[in-house]
Amino acid sequence: MINFQFVRTSVVKTALSLIGKDPKAAFIAGGTNLVDLMKRGVIAPEKLIDINHLPLKQIELKNNILHIGALVSNSALAENALVKEKFPLLMLALQAGASAQLRNVATVGGNMMQRTRCGYFYDTTMPCNKRQPGSGCGAIGGYNRMHAIFGTSESCIAVHPSDMCVGLAALDAQVVIAGAKGERKINFVDFHRLAGTTPEKDNNLQKGELILRVEIPANNLNKNFHYLKVRDRTSYAFALVSVAAALEIKDGLIANARLAMGGVAHKPWRLTASEVFLRGKPATLANCEEAAKLAMKDAKGFGENDFKLKLAPNTIIEALTIAKSKA
Amino acid sequence: MEFFVDENDRVDGVDKVTGKAKYFAEYQLPGLTYGVLVTSTITKGKITAIDTKAAKNAPGVLEVLSHLNKPSVAGYEQAGGSPMKIFYTDQIFFNGQPIAIVVADTFERATFAASLVKVSYEKAAFNTNFEASIKDAAVKKLQGQPPYVRGIADAYKTAEVKVEQIYTMPVETHNPMELHGIIADWQANDKVTVYAKTQGVKSTQNTIANVFKIPAENIQVNSQFVGGGFGMALRTWPLEIAAIMASKQLKKPVKLVITRDQMFTMVGNRPAAYQKIGLGATKDGKITGITHTAFGQTATYENFTEGVVNMSKFMYDSENVNTNYYVIPLDMGVPIWMRGPGEATGAFALESAIDEMAHALDMDPLDFRAKNDPEKDPAQNRPFSSKYIKEAYKLGAAKIGWNNRKNKPGSTIEGSWNIGYGVSIGVFNAGRGRASVKGILKADGTLILQSATSDIGPGTGTGMTLIASKLMNIPVEKIVFELGDSSLPPAPSQGGSATLSTVGSAVNDVCVALKATIAELAANSNMDATSNFVDVLKKNNLPIIEKTIQSSQNNPEAKNYSMYSFSIHFVQVKVHQLTGVVKVSKIVSVGDAGKIVSPKTARSQMVGGAVGGIGMALTEEAILDNRYGRYVNNNFADYHVPVNADVPDIDVIFIDKPDPIVNPMGAKGMGEIALIGFAGAVANAVFNATGKRIRSLPITPDKVLEG
Repeated sequence: MINFQFVRTSVVKTALSLIGKDPKAAFIAGGTNLVDLMKRGVIAPEKLIDINHLPLKQIELKNNILHIGALVSNSALAENALVKEKFPLLMLALQAGASAQLRNVATVGGNMMQRTRCGYFYDTTMPCNKRQPGSGCGAIGGYNRMHAIFGTSESCIAVHPSDMCVGLAALDAQVVIAGAKGERKINFVDFHRLAGTTPEKDNNLQKGELILRVEIPANNLNKNFHYLKVRDRTSYAFALVSVAAALEIKDGLIANARLAMGGVAHKPWRLTASEVFLRGKPATLANCEEAAKLAMKDAKGFGENDFKLKLAPNTIIEALTIAKSKA
Repeated sequence: MEFFVDENDRVDGVDKVTGKAKYFAEYQLPGLTYGVLVTSTITKGKITAIDTKAAKNAPGVLEVLSHLNKPSVAGYEQAGGSPMKIFYTDQIFFNGQPIAIVVADTFERATFAASLVKVSYEKAAFNTNFEASIKDAAVKKLQGQPPYVRGIADAYKTAEVKVEQIYTMPVETHNPMELHGIIADWQANDKVTVYAKTQGVKSTQNTIANVFKIPAENIQVNSQFVGGGFGMALRTWPLEIAAIMASKQLKKPVKLVITRDQMFTMVGNRPAAYQKIGLGATKDGKITGITHTAFGQTATYENFTEGVVNMSKFMYDSENVNTNYYVIPLDMGVPIWMRGPGEATGAFALESAIDEMAHALDMDPLDFRAKNDPEKDPAQNRPFSSKYIKEAYKLGAAKIGWNNRKNKPGSTIEGSWNIGYGVSIGVFNAGRGRASVKGILKADGTLILQSATSDIGPGTGTGMTLIASKLMNIPVEKIVFELGDSSLPPAPSQGGSATLSTVGSAVNDVCVALKATIAELAANSNMDATSNFVDVLKKNNLPIIEKTIQSSQNNPEAKNYSMYSFSIHFVQVKVHQLTGVVKVSKIVSVGDAGKIVSPKTARSQMVGGAVGGIGMALTEEAILDNRYGRYVNNNFADYHVPVNADVPDIDVIFIDKPDPIVNPMGAKGMGEIALIGFAGAVANAVFNATGKRIRSLPITPDKVLEG
């Protein structure tokens, strides 16, 4: 087998120093994606740094901001009372992801770091710019039914596979990252990247950095919300299209709207224009339809995924309809 | 631990759920070594070089075999021909073809070393594009079955009402949970023992004997438990021969278990299909013509055909029927029967078209079927041995609430969901072969039955035990049925829904013979004719009596009848108006399969068939990129078999009336009919819900949305 070193630490500083010293090292948490990738020969880290023992498993409310440790499991997060009460949209997004078994092991940080499920990325004999820059994109002109319709580039049309991240993008979450030079905080929507000319980079985490936690600021989006995931089977399938929708309705008008989509882009796709449109308007079907239409500006199909141009707005409409109808 | 066991339970159920049941890959032989296959990364062409230096030098590696250094295999010395002779050719016939085996002391080391084998190729142009090939006159089409004409060909074209449509389905892969493979242990004196995943231990034994040219009795095949087969273990695959070759060469036992992605390429698949159905009827709903033209997929290096058009010849009463079936050789791995096999493919097309015709006539599809239900088999012009299909219609319709179905599509709406009902028939030959069973009655009150049959999951041992229990009046727990061992009396492979009929008949016959012997012994020792066999054996100082009987293949009257098992599947679906998602919300499957010998396992068969049917209808599709000839969804995350949440409660109803002809039990096979027709019922229900006719499986949300 391809040998690698395996080290474990329970100290964040040590973890950072270990990864800083070793450009071919990788962190491992739940390993639900990393181990697959190693088995398929897609990646071959020379050192695995087991971070499961770092003290990053807390979920706590501080100054009205929910702090979620990077090592909280997906199932623990979905079951958490604070999440259920204050951010139930996130709960639904988490429950829509993977399978119960995977959610038990997969962590928040790992979920953010998971790679695309594009078949060309996984098959080392086929072209893939994300796996091997410059080798071409197999999905363009090939099997692209699952692929992106927003923010694509000539080098890559892969989608980010996470549901949790779609929920976090909608909730204005922030990511706290530690590095050699200390901590920094970025908006969740800026964590993942578009493919552009560097599809090998999924996100803006720099080499040597570690995700410490995700923070969600307080909101009033826990009444009228929905996460709708359209997929080929009821569980354990990646999204064709998913929509996180949350509305704050005051006196019959939308005071605040949040919309993000999964399965349509290289990153969770926040629908800002639609949100702006909805603000101050009643949540009528016509307004939902208009918001969906606005969201589709600049969408582009690649053949097999052309259906998403219809499915995506329909899913937005249905998610908004269910969200607004919640008592 | 105590387990509650009733007489209906699987005799091996406790072993299976406690891990005591041993599957082929679990045998720990002393000195076991591990094989891993190197597979081609091109689709067609020639291997020009194989560099095994790095692999051979890798830690733990014992051997790397390919066509360059394979050991001599007597049965392969004649060049070419079918089946593919592994490691006896430099030709590449399909992407993922096994071209070398690396054997090492651990699986991990063999896997790593396999990644170090460097292969050079000379690529050739290839064709894996099934749909494009149908219309491409330059692509060769082979006749898969002789053309069939009854009455006038294409009579539908001049009918008062006609339906003419094309139905397609993609490649499906069997993908049983248990990965395929073998443990081969070649011993001195050309004796070999294998632990195999096979639906036929005798068939595996014969294949090995033919390939290596050694006597069959030198080959011991063990396959007591099989973790699902669905047809893919009905033959010995080239990879199994590779493992035996390696064992022979190394003089060590070799275990080879392939990977999930290799399950897509080298152990067969349900072939893609393109079918055209022409149906003609009078305005009052009498079918006047059926034309069924089907194209299937085969390989360039071996041929595969199946019964895609069979059902169209006899299921409905039509004076005029014609069928044609072609197969197109593609540069892909050869297909193999997958549950329901070609009949399931054909039933999807025919039963969709029947529904389309009923709609065109504005008739209830059940009434339309009933009106065209033949009294006799119109293809063979002879009666059916038994057929209760109309009774099955009634029972199923009542159970699902068919009267809630509106004939006008799109009539029933619940919020964002449209509700629809669909029905479809399944039919499969009720075959019966010839098998031998040995029965051993012991003075301790037990009965041992032995036959070299298999159990890939249906509950063969349970069914046989129940047959014997009833006949011999011996409690189930005192009977042991031994199978999956090639040294036992011969039986055919488990396939085509024939095991219960075939081996069950032999069990019946051996029990009858044992009873006669007991009666004779009782009479000779002045005992009452109804004496317990234990008393009779004791009185005669016999520890055991044994009989081996080969059953006759058929009731002599069988030739005067057509023997089929029938099923009728009713489903209710919900279709989401905006997203196109289809949920199967109710299922009633009615089986007309003669007398039910083992109610619990029979029900399980029907349930499993319905789950497979949901997969065929809604989720399963092996997707190949025709530019590379490689599958792009070759794993369980992306090749979608239904999950629990896709499957509603399933009602199973059996007619449970004995067939007077087929065999002494009156029981017909039912493994195939559980699946056959199911996909059609779902497609018909989707139409009833939405007015959208999806003629291309699987019915995924995009197709519904764009339909």
